[in-house]
Amino acid sequence: MATAHTATHSASANDHHDDHEHHDNFITKYIFTTDHKMIGKQFLVTGIFWAIIGGLLSIIFRLQLGFPDMELYWLKPILGGWIDDAGKLDPNFYLALVTMHGTIMVFFVLTAGLSGTFSNFLIPLQIGARDMASGFMNMLSYWFFFLSGVVMFISLFIETGPASGGWVVYPPLSALEQAMPGSGLGMTMWLVAMTFFIASSLLGGINYITTVINLRTKGMSFSRLPLTIWAFFLTAVIGLLSFPVLFSAALLLVFDRSFGTSFYLSDIYIGGEALPNTGGSPVLYQHLFWFLGHPEVYIVLLPALGITSEIISVNSRKPIFGYKAMIISMLGITILSFIVWAHHMFVSGMNPFLGSIFMFLTLIIAIPSAVKVFNYLTTLWRGNLIFTPGMLFSIGLVSFFISGGLTGIFLGNSAIDIQLHDTYFVVAHFHLVMGSASFFGLMAGVYHWFPKMFGRMMDARLGYIHFWLTFIGVYMVFFPMHYIGIAGFPRRYYSWTNFEFSNMYTDLNMFVSVAAIITFGAQLIFLFNFFYSMYRGRVASLNPWRANTLEWTTPLHPKHGNWPGEIPTVYRWPYDYSKPGAADDFIPQTVPLSATPESNLPHEQELVKLEKAIIADEEDVLVANVSKES
Amino acid sequence: MEEKFAYIENAEQPIAMHPKKFALWLFIVTVVMIFASLTSAYIVRQSEGNWLEFDLPSIFYYTSGIIVLSSIFLHWAYISAKKDDLSSLRIGMVITSFLGLAFLIGQWYSWIALVDRDVFFVGNPAGSFLYVFTGLHALHLVSGVIFLIIVLISSFKYKVHSKNLDTMEMCVTYWHFLGGLWLYLFMFLLLNH
Repeated sequence: MATAHTATHSASANDHHDDHEHHDNFITKYIFTTDHKMIGKQFLVTGIFWAIIGGLLSIIFRLQLGFPDMELYWLKPILGGWIDDAGKLDPNFYLALVTMHGTIMVFFVLTAGLSGTFSNFLIPLQIGARDMASGFMNMLSYWFFFLSGVVMFISLFIETGPASGGWVVYPPLSALEQAMPGSGLGMTMWLVAMTFFIASSLLGGINYITTVINLRTKGMSFSRLPLTIWAFFLTAVIGLLSFPVLFSAALLLVFDRSFGTSFYLSDIYIGGEALPNTGGSPVLYQHLFWFLGHPEVYIVLLPALGITSEIISVNSRKPIFGYKAMIISMLGITILSFIVWAHHMFVSGMNPFLGSIFMFLTLIIAIPSAVKVFNYLTTLWRGNLIFTPGMLFSIGLVSFFISGGLTGIFLGNSAIDIQLHDTYFVVAHFHLVMGSASFFGLMAGVYHWFPKMFGRMMDARLGYIHFWLTFIGVYMVFFPMHYIGIAGFPRRYYSWTNFEFSNMYTDLNMFVSVAAIITFGAQLIFLFNFFYSMYRGRVASLNPWRANTLEWTTPLHPKHGNWPGEIPTVYRWPYDYSKPGAADDFIPQTVPLSATPESNLPHEQELVKLEKAIIADEEDVLVANVSKES
Repeated sequence: MEEKFAYIENAEQPIAMHPKKFALWLFIVTVVMIFASLTSAYIVRQSEGNWLEFDLPSIFYYTSGIIVLSSIFLHWAYISAKKDDLSSLRIGMVITSFLGLAFLIGQWYSWIALVDRDVFFVGNPAGSFLYVFTGLHALHLVSGVIFLIIVLISSFKYKVHSKNLDTMEMCVTYWHFLGGLWLYLFMFLLLNH
């Protein structure tokens, strides 16, 4: 069936070309495009750009942490006045670096760069749709993101520095200009940029949900959706429900900053003078922020988990273990993500009884997470593993998800959190479970779908080097941080070496910094591989990983509209790998059950009759159309 | 060849709902989340004490009446459009649009009434929240009125009739939602001020 389709494709390819592309010029094709594939690539390249910026910022503050006595004159050409006359990094700029690293990585790289890229690229291709429900809204989504990036980028270069109150921008620190240089213009620009970003996320999310629900091809029921689509769908649902709340929080913060209201401010004295604001509550901001902030963790992680499910299944040549359990656990994570936010606020002075409720709810998340981990491991178990770079990065994700997830159980306990709160233990935890795991998901996705994006293969050998350096590097960076954190080393401090207990961790910090620089350097291999392969890579075959999903039934360079002819119909779930009795070790979703009697299970054999009836109906319609036209 | 395929696809697409209508509902969800978060913030903040007590402007009762009336007229216009009764449709749309503007003006007078009783945007959050609720709702209502006017204009261009109701239906959904949202906010303020 699939091959028959390809034949008709080439026949009608030219008609189709006229249909969709006759008015494409450079601007409509590459810049203001409404093609979901190009928009996905735009998100990817912008995400890569931001990842480099975010990574560089972290290298600068790692230099300060690892080598506090180092003279940084050589950074003066880039940082200018932020390096003082003694060659030291300005402490205020250190805070700005930490803040911008967090903001950029969480929102621009792992939300827009991950969800934006793969939701856009894969949803229409994997559900069998011509494009997103609204191509225009999709384009708007990218350009709002771009605008947000421009504002954020400019804020890096203003005289008072970018926002510096941490990526969570808690008031009153962020609300009062007098608090720190970064709370002036930098903070205003941060808020403007985030407003655009929220608009972009919502436009994207509305599109993803509408597309998945309304534009699935024939036969693509929800129980036949690839897990990637399930993950993107639920991610969009989470975003749709949580980003408006961030908007509310930011709106009230804007009023406090610029209009003199007192939503978050109360009884503050600066230089002995009382501010006029009374009656506000800073904890209110924390509640609003973390109502987004915690779901945001899953907005970042779920797409990576979905991508991993797909890649692990393909490269284990086995059906994903527990398809339904995977969906149910993702649903569970989606729901639970909204009722655990206060575990970020155990030490904010919140009612301790409320703390124990949130602790209980938080620990419940361990269950769906563990289900997912077990399903990954059991899918890998005794599979015919093919270690493509994408597969390695997926396995890396599972590793980080386990090692980072375990520390989450400690942090979720409100009593232990008193010691661990805001230490490097937290930094280690979320960089492993959310940062690195999602980053590995992103990388896995790029390696796996690069042939579909650009029609060429990435170099596998460079991929292996990139993987091993990054994988080992990430553990070298974040594992020592657990020790530093348990000892009580707090995060976000410019320098913390004046105590006996913290002084002895200088070596460890130095080690972490060196590892971070090497890990960052390893990403250059990826960058080279990515851009070189885009133009010079080996030309890919139509289905290089021998996968079942629909995107591999499109031509090598799908045009706007994806399939030149009719959209293929789907007859089975996407995980028929190594089915007993089948000739090949994979059966694409487009192959009808009636074509594979040798491998059908008894209940599928029942479905064959139904399928035959439907196919007969379809042919009737086809014949009717032909006669109408003539 | 190509057209034939397109024809089949149109006949078979498993669309449960018009995608744009569906997207509108999702947009409504985001607006709901904004106001849900703001009203919960109101409750959380109120429970902490130091809360200014004042009477709500009585003009809110009139504006609530106006918004309910506008919804009724809009629905009458919609039913007329379904029956291809174009003159009733136009009358209904004109009345609805004017009632929408009247509501906005009424909300402006409610702010004047608030200022009269010394409740300002800057000051105790009890008052600030009221301004945020009404202001943000009015902002959404402006978009609703623009939508109404768009439909009004297309109704005069014979573009709204029983065979072409999608835009009208979306407008009706959005307007009813905004009316309901205001009634919720008013009810919420009556119970919690």
